[in-house]
Parts: sequence; structure tokens; C-alpha cells
Amino acid sequence: MAMLSFERKYRVRGGTLIGGDLFDFWVGPFYVGFFGVTTVFFTFLGTALIIWGAALGPTWNLWQINIAPPDLSYGLALAPLKEGGLWQLITVCALGAFCSWALRQAEIARKLGMGYHIPVAFSFAIFAYVSLVVIRPLLMGAWGHGFPYGIMSHLDWVSNTGYQFLHFHYNPAHMLAITFFFTNALALAMHGSLIVSAANPKAGEVVKGAEQENTIFRDTIGYSIGTLGIHRLGLFLAVSAAFWSAVCIIISGPFWTRGWPEWWSWWLNLPIWR
Amino acid sequence: MSVFTMRLLAGISAALAFLLVFYSFEFPPVDSVQRGYRGLAMEEISNPRVDRAKVRANVLPEAAPPTDKAGQKASSVYTNLKVLGDMDANELLRLMTDMTTWVSPEQGCAYCHDENDLAADRPYTKIVSRRMLEMVRYINGSWKTHVVDTGVTCWACHRGQPVPANVWYADSPRTAQGAAGNLAGQNVASAAGGLTALPVDPFTPFIKDGKEIRVQSGTALPGTSRVSIKQTEWTYSLMMHISKGLGVNCTYCHNSRDFFGWNESTPQRLTAWHGIRLVRDINTQFLEPLTPVFPASRLGPTGDVAKVNCATCHEGVAKPLNGVSMIKDYPVLVGPAPARTASAAPVGAK
Repeated sequence: MAMLSFERKYRVRGGTLIGGDLFDFWVGPFYVGFFGVTTVFFTFLGTALIIWGAALGPTWNLWQINIAPPDLSYGLALAPLKEGGLWQLITVCALGAFCSWALRQAEIARKLGMGYHIPVAFSFAIFAYVSLVVIRPLLMGAWGHGFPYGIMSHLDWVSNTGYQFLHFHYNPAHMLAITFFFTNALALAMHGSLIVSAANPKAGEVVKGAEQENTIFRDTIGYSIGTLGIHRLGLFLAVSAAFWSAVCIIISGPFWTRGWPEWWSWWLNLPIWR
Repeated sequence: MSVFTMRLLAGISAALAFLLVFYSFEFPPVDSVQRGYRGLAMEEISNPRVDRAKVRANVLPEAAPPTDKAGQKASSVYTNLKVLGDMDANELLRLMTDMTTWVSPEQGCAYCHDENDLAADRPYTKIVSRRMLEMVRYINGSWKTHVVDTGVTCWACHRGQPVPANVWYADSPRTAQGAAGNLAGQNVASAAGGLTALPVDPFTPFIKDGKEIRVQSGTALPGTSRVSIKQTEWTYSLMMHISKGLGVNCTYCHNSRDFFGWNESTPQRLTAWHGIRLVRDINTQFLEPLTPVFPASRLGPTGDVAKVNCATCHEGVAKPLNGVSMIKDYPVLVGPAPARTASAAPVGAK
């Protein structure tokens, strides 16, 4: 594996979170570390369990493989492997792999003396997953409320869970999450096009810098958020999208059992116009 | 205004907003019922603390005590009996007592009878109640596909009120602002459509005029289907009414990945299919023909009679009165079953 001349400077041992220098080395371009080992362990075990679950099922069609959570009747207990127990083990593996990955990010950030923004941001994605398969099932009293692992089957779950609340677009947190996702896409498109337009000129022309980048936005909309600001904004938008997605599913069931349109009756009943 | 005051005011408004949002929600624990394969999310979710009002609204009234039989037909004791003549005379009195409890407990017998001449066909409510008795017998005898052996009595809809709490009239036309004020029957918080912006009157097309509730294309591409978004939203509005009226969600009957497919629907969908046709039948065969009998004060803004929908009888629960049967004590309220014919099978069921 080729290594750039300056990369060696950053490949310094030490600064690990756990395990001392046990796994403090690189394999090719990849840092291993204790959490790299646990990530690989949980990933391979979880994948193997998924393949076992698929082998027990009726199909090898990738779209239709379905590893479903237990029946609601099992509550928060462990279920037999073929009746949702596999789903429970796979969930443990997924949580182990995702959290290991975040901790590996933190460890690498620590070795480099950087902030923990990356693992913090990634933990919002983990939080969204945990909300779906741990927090909401705990609040509702059964692991069976988690979503099944399968390409089509998880989409069926999403559709039916939405229709459990008649019209999910009236879920206030879902509204916020969608707005953040779209705004996030808008900001990324604006930022990406701006950078490419400035930093990738025609042959023979000079690369443009922050002066031009700020000016084009000041000329068009009167304001430029700036070179650092756009990344703070991007982080905020992306993290908010994941956060409100998690909130929108946690409140659906534990904190609201009726159709989401009905939740808005507080608005329709405000004394101003009731 | 000092910075401190501004911060204080901002803090107070934020706290008020937080409380408003906080108390607009429910809180765990909640109940759930699985209605499909595990992980499919076909589930009913309910909150027992929210449902207390529904439980209170769905209790049975105390029945009049059973009587000894008179041994005589009612028709040999009383005159002008067109529906109940064949029943025992004492049981007729008991039924009349119960009907008063069911329909007009405050107004008493005089609500439907001329107290000086109980046999007279006045006031108008006498004509209506006789037709309603025929309707109850017809429902219990001919619509077992929907009411099974649980059946209905006057109480199922009336609940101690002369006019049931949940009835519907055609909307008065909204023309006050001319063409600009034409909302095309939608885009306001629709009570029928579960407070959505869906069409406000799903009843006229579907449970009066008998329009088809069939908008989904049977093929991957729409092909020659001419069904519009508006027609689709109309059916959704009716479905919202059914959900609200029965206190259930869409997955009570449907697997949402295939709304129209009968093979992926729950058995309850078939009961609901018959129920839609039952209310159509009630509205067109029994209620609309009574329009001239009612005084103008009982009619809607466009002069139409009060009509029934799913909520009239269901009152927010999937099985009216939570499935407790009343008709076992009132065999006279069960009319003759229709002769079975091949066409009794659901038409258009896939």
C-alpha cells in the first residue's frame, strides 16, 4: 500500500481510549485499534446471523429476505431464535458495530488531537437507529415494535407504521425532520456547486478563493455565511435531520396513539379563533 | 426594556410554549395488538387513559325487567300495530318501555305517541319510529354479514337521545366569497376527514350515491385509469371517517403495501365492506324516503334528512358497545333472513 510522504507523520502510536497499544497499529491504510477489532467482530457475527436467518427463511431473493422481530406476545423477553431471537441477536451486533465505529472515530480523533465532532455527528445516526429498535420498543413494552431486517420488509414496516397514525405527514417532528433533510440537501447543493465553481476552473485560469465565494452569495442573496459557517450550518442541518427523525418515531406510539392529524386539534382549538 | 427583562420574557414564553407542546401529547404505557405477521407493523395502538371516555360512552342501559307472558298476541289487545302485532302483549309493553329508555328517556312515551290516543299515527315521530323498527328488523335479519348475531337495537345509535349524536347532513354550498371562496369541498380542517385537509364530505358520494371506493390501479402503470387525485382524496377522507368512527387505524383492515388486495387484508375488511353497503342501504332505503315526514327544523341546511355513517353506531369503538349483544332479549327485533342467492356473494371482491 502506497503511503504519501507526510502520512507517516500522523501514524503515531499512543493516545488510545482502551487497550493500551494492544491493537494500536495500521493494516494498509486502515487504523485497527481495539474498537476496530470489535467493529469487525460484531459486523461479521451479525452478518453471519443474517445469512443464517436467510437460510431459515423461504427465499434467497435479496429483496425479499426478511428477519423479523419477535411477536408482541414475547414483550421484552428473549424469543426463540427462529421466532425473533435472531433479530434480537442481530440487533445487539448492530448496536455493537455502530458504537464501536463511533468509538474508533473518537480514538482516531484523539490520536490526531482533533475535536470529537465526527463521532458526535455519527452518534446522531446511531441514536436514530437505537430509537427505532430499542427506545421505542422499550417504551411500548415489546421488542416486536422494532423494524424487520430486510429490504422490502422494512419498507412494509415503515408504510404500515405510518398508517397506524393515519397520516404521518401530520407528525410535527416528522415535519421538522423532512424540513431539515431538504434544507440539508439544499445547503449541500449550494455549497458543493460553489466550491466546484471556484476551485475547479478551466485550464490556465487561477483557482478562485473565499473572496469570490463570499461575493457571489452576497451579490445574489445579500449574505454569505462564510467558509467556517457553512460547515457549522451543514453539521447542524444534518444532525438535526437525524435527531428529529428519531424524535418523530419515538413520539409515535409512546406519546401519541391516535392519528397524527388529530394532534393538531390544540391548534384548531386555540382561543383566538375557536 | 432592559436585557434582563427581555431575557425573562423570552424565558417565560419559551416555558409556556414548552408546556403547550408537552401537554398536547399522551404518555406511556400504551397498549398494542398485533394484527399481522411479526414485524409487519399491522398493529392497533391505544392508550387506556385516553380511551376511558370511549368506555363510558359504550355502556348498555338497564333493561326493563322481564315480564310474564300475557298469552295473547299484541294485535288482539292493541290496535294499529303494523310491525309488532305478532309479539306477546306484555312483551310489547316491555319493548315500548325499553324503547323509551333507548330513544326518549327525558321526553317519555309522548315523544312518539299522542297520549290521548296511543294508537294514532301522530306525532310524526310515530311514523318515523315505526319505520325505524322495520329498519332494525331488516338490519338484524338481512345484514348478518355486518352485524352478525350481535345485532342492533335502537340504543346502538340513539344512546338515549331522540337524534343520535353522530348523524350527517349535506353541506350548505359555500358561495359567500364567489369563485375565489370556492374551496372545492376541501382544504379546511375536515371533521369527517379526521381534521385533515381532505374533502369535507365523503358521505354523499360513497354512503349515499354509491360511488365506487376504488381508485388504485390494478397494474404497475396506471394504463387507462382516469381516476383523479381528488377522487383518491375523497376515498381517503371516507377512510379517515371510518378510522375515527371505529377508533382504529388503517392497518386494522389493510396491509398498506397493497391497500386494494383482499388476499393481504384482514378479515375485518370484509365486515367493513358490508358495513359501507349497509349504511348506504339505511340512508337510501329508510332515511331519505322519510324526508317529507320530518318537520323543517329536523332537516339539514339543504333540506335533507339526517343520515347515518359509521360513527353513528360505532361511537369510536371497533365493535359497537364493545360487542355486547342486546337482541338476544328482543327476538322480535330480528327480521326474516333474505333468501340466499348466488348474488349474495360480495360483488367486485377480488
